[in-house]
Amino acid sequence: TVMAAPMTNDQSCFFAQALGVSFLKCLLINAYHSTDFEVHRNWLALTHSLPVPQWYYEAMSEWTLDYPPLFAWFEYGLSHIAWFFDKEMLVVQNLNYASPATILFQRLSVIVADVVFFYAVKECCKCLREDKGKDLLGKPSFILTVLLLWNFGLLIVDHIHFQYNGFLFGVLLLSIARHFQNRHFEGALLFSVLFNLKHIYLYIAPAYGIYLLRCFCFTQSNAEVSGFSVVRLVTLGTIVLSTFAVSFGPFIGQLPQVLSRLFPFKRGLCHAYWAPNIWALYNIADKAFSILGVKFKLLDINKLPKASMTGGLVQEFQHSVLPSVSPLATLVCTLLSILPALFRIWHRPNGARGFLCCLVICALGSFMFGWHVHEKAILMAILPLSLLAVESREEARIFLILSITGHYSLFPLLFTTQELPIKIFLMLLFTIFSLISLKTLFRKGGALLNPLEATYLLGLIPLELICEFVYPLTVWQKTFPFLPLMLTSVYCALGVTYAFIRLYISLLTCSDSTKKIKTQ
Amino acid sequence: MENWSLISLCVLLGLTSRWTVSFHSYSGAGKPPMFGDYEAQRHWQEVTYNLPVHEWYFNTTNNDLNYWGLDYPPLTAYHSLVCAYVAKLLNPEWVELHASRGYESHSHKLFMRATVLFTDILIYIPAVLLYCFYFCDGSSKQKVAAAFCILLYPGLILIDYGHFQYNSVSLGLALWGTLGLGLGWDLFGCLAFTLALNYKQMELYHSLPFFCYLLGKCIKQGLTGRGFFHLVKISMTVLVTFALCWMPFLSDPKQPLQVLHRLFPVGRGLFEDKVANTWCSLNVLIKIKTLLSRETQLFLSFALTLLFVLPSSLKLLSKPTLWQFKLALVNTSLAFFLFSFQVHEKSILLVAFMLPLLLKDGLLLPYVVTSLAFLFLSLYLLSALERSTEEELRLGLYCKLTQRWLPKLNLSRIIKWKFWFSLVAMAALSFTSMWLKPPAKLPDLFPVLVSVLSFLHFLGFIIYFNQVQLMEPQRKKSLKKTN
Repeated sequence: TVMAAPMTNDQSCFFAQALGVSFLKCLLINAYHSTDFEVHRNWLALTHSLPVPQWYYEAMSEWTLDYPPLFAWFEYGLSHIAWFFDKEMLVVQNLNYASPATILFQRLSVIVADVVFFYAVKECCKCLREDKGKDLLGKPSFILTVLLLWNFGLLIVDHIHFQYNGFLFGVLLLSIARHFQNRHFEGALLFSVLFNLKHIYLYIAPAYGIYLLRCFCFTQSNAEVSGFSVVRLVTLGTIVLSTFAVSFGPFIGQLPQVLSRLFPFKRGLCHAYWAPNIWALYNIADKAFSILGVKFKLLDINKLPKASMTGGLVQEFQHSVLPSVSPLATLVCTLLSILPALFRIWHRPNGARGFLCCLVICALGSFMFGWHVHEKAILMAILPLSLLAVESREEARIFLILSITGHYSLFPLLFTTQELPIKIFLMLLFTIFSLISLKTLFRKGGALLNPLEATYLLGLIPLELICEFVYPLTVWQKTFPFLPLMLTSVYCALGVTYAFIRLYISLLTCSDSTKKIKTQ
Repeated sequence: MENWSLISLCVLLGLTSRWTVSFHSYSGAGKPPMFGDYEAQRHWQEVTYNLPVHEWYFNTTNNDLNYWGLDYPPLTAYHSLVCAYVAKLLNPEWVELHASRGYESHSHKLFMRATVLFTDILIYIPAVLLYCFYFCDGSSKQKVAAAFCILLYPGLILIDYGHFQYNSVSLGLALWGTLGLGLGWDLFGCLAFTLALNYKQMELYHSLPFFCYLLGKCIKQGLTGRGFFHLVKISMTVLVTFALCWMPFLSDPKQPLQVLHRLFPVGRGLFEDKVANTWCSLNVLIKIKTLLSRETQLFLSFALTLLFVLPSSLKLLSKPTLWQFKLALVNTSLAFFLFSFQVHEKSILLVAFMLPLLLKDGLLLPYVVTSLAFLFLSLYLLSALERSTEEELRLGLYCKLTQRWLPKLNLSRIIKWKFWFSLVAMAALSFTSMWLKPPAKLPDLFPVLVSVLSFLHFLGFIIYFNQVQLMEPQRKKSLKKTN
């Protein structure tokens, strides 16, 4: 039989990857989709059928518009194409409408929107240090391409659960790439566009603010007032404000209503499935103390509030032993957690790499301490961290821990039996690839993960077996149905916290890089 | 990257694509009263579980052979029995005698799909991996690329995980047989292939090359002495395996006859539906089906099959090497497909040519995606188009023929153009079958066009591969010892 030589061309390899992953996404069209599918269908319908002033007032469906206006305009654009697939999906009254044409259209729109993500990944690869002489599979740019394009979290959240994160993260990564390439105005513009597409990116706005102020507005590296460029500051301000004007302009009169839709604080401290953050650990500690307190007769069982936080509903609740947590408290905690990093890049900026590190810390800090955080938000930390992981050994090991635990914590999102093999296969795929490729990349200098970390990660396998296979067959399934979710959150919270601390240590102890980042 | 990690990545991708295809519809979904192959497999679980062995192949009050009666050899029946035991554990309603006819539910579909995945992982995938590692040329990366392409072969995925069948078992066992022969473990190879034959009688297509190869090898070793002894061992293995598989049916002489009668329904016509073989295509021009009598049809098909099979088998007999064996496999099975009696289109397992079947099953999306992916991947990883010089394509004979009259003809360029042309034709036919309505006078226009196009391709292939096999030069620049 006649066989061929392996691929040698970087471009064709990238194209092959993009095409391959798109084929996989097409095969996932018929998979399970969550209520987010109906959310986006509803938004297509209301942007198409209703006049603009009513977009943020419409409340026929429970899934009201809670993204900023630019995303609404995006949906409006999509709705015109949707019209050719199935007109019925654009009727607001057709709640939970999911004809095959609707599913096909929505899934295809996510797949096509991912083109932005592909472009951004390509740009990010250009920002890496050149590494000639390695074979293709060992090149940092190849590894980064695979880590980003085939990211497990992105695949299952976007193409099964259903969201448009690929497109949004594309804009984010492009903005980061532009900063690496010293095209700061474009980077700032892209970020303000991103913020107007999904306001969750507020989490990382401080990193942008401090970095741009310090490294861009102060033209000299030692922050002297004489080097301060007012022109740059004003230009940046204009860019940001004009983006906001374009986005919020039509809604100036209804600003309070829009803001109330965007920031619904009536939801509880923890999302139904308990993102693996500090509050998960806090909740479990509270539960443990209350149980111990009752056992040792320190507390009266009748005075304790009912166990509502462990149900699957999104409510406000009170803690029983430890003090209750209010939104303001979480805000303060979040700010406190990211302040050291912000100070650090103010005093000793490390160029674009320091900015990226600070960005990841801001994302992770907000994930750890934020109010009503969804576990999908871990992707905001994992994806930018991939860029750092292929260049530095320490960040590679943090990335491994964070990505594996973070991705595992997304498992409860796909709870159907049909999707079980998919999530296991894809998780194994991504984990094996990231472990082996990063290990090979940094093989000089010993093992990447120390035995404790390796044991922790291996512990995910028995955890999965217990939660998914063993527990449902036991008697406790009926009385404590939330237990596997709680276990998953708490176990992963440990890993995420560990990664957060290590990342901080890495930022605070790294010396200024004397090598210049590759600029264009 | 290490080999094992690359392989595991390829296997995981193969498994993912298989399972995602299984999300789609299966044959006969929601189509009472007969449904389709999926219901047939479920029905066999019901029959084998509830009825005693001697009733499985007979028409009784409990077993209506007209409703998907068993028409595969005993090993399929035993496999269905094992699945039925598992089904009974999960939900007895799935195999309730009579009451479970036409049973369709989401969990049942998951169960059935899971059985296919299980046997695939157990039998087919290890065979493919071992085959690529022992019998493919090139660096380890090239071997992994080959394994990846084979694992993503759309035909098998679409039929097994879409339409619903268990071809991976019989093909996997046949592949184990080939592996055995290649590694020199002839008895193991025989055992595996006999099991494959006892799973699906379709494997008869491959039996002639196995026979000729082993016979040729024994003859080469000398029919008096080692060769003869070897032949005896092989025959014993085959006979014992057959006996073990058919043991429950050997108590009564009527049993094996009835089983054979079910396996080879000569009562049916020359062909059914639209198949890409000679008879169906010929039928477009001359209505053979009605013109000739049943006996003449049988004789004609037998004669032509024999005619096309003989050259390649004789060559293999005279020169039993692995390369000849592989070529003979292709040639013989193509010959059988093109000329034999009652061929079903699934026998070819070549994707585009099963298009009408897949459209009927509602498998359009997986068909498009997997075919495109496979095509792209093979072209990209195996660089088929770059390595098509005249020498590599072994077009020697044709070159000599055409050199005399058309010296400027660049045959390899023509082949490349023909390849793209075929692709365009296939894409166009797919498109028209999906979206255009055929004219009222010719309602079967598109399936017939697909069959005829495919038939022409197969005819071309069989001529080409026969030429390659028969014209093989005495001294092949072979690199491996087992080639």
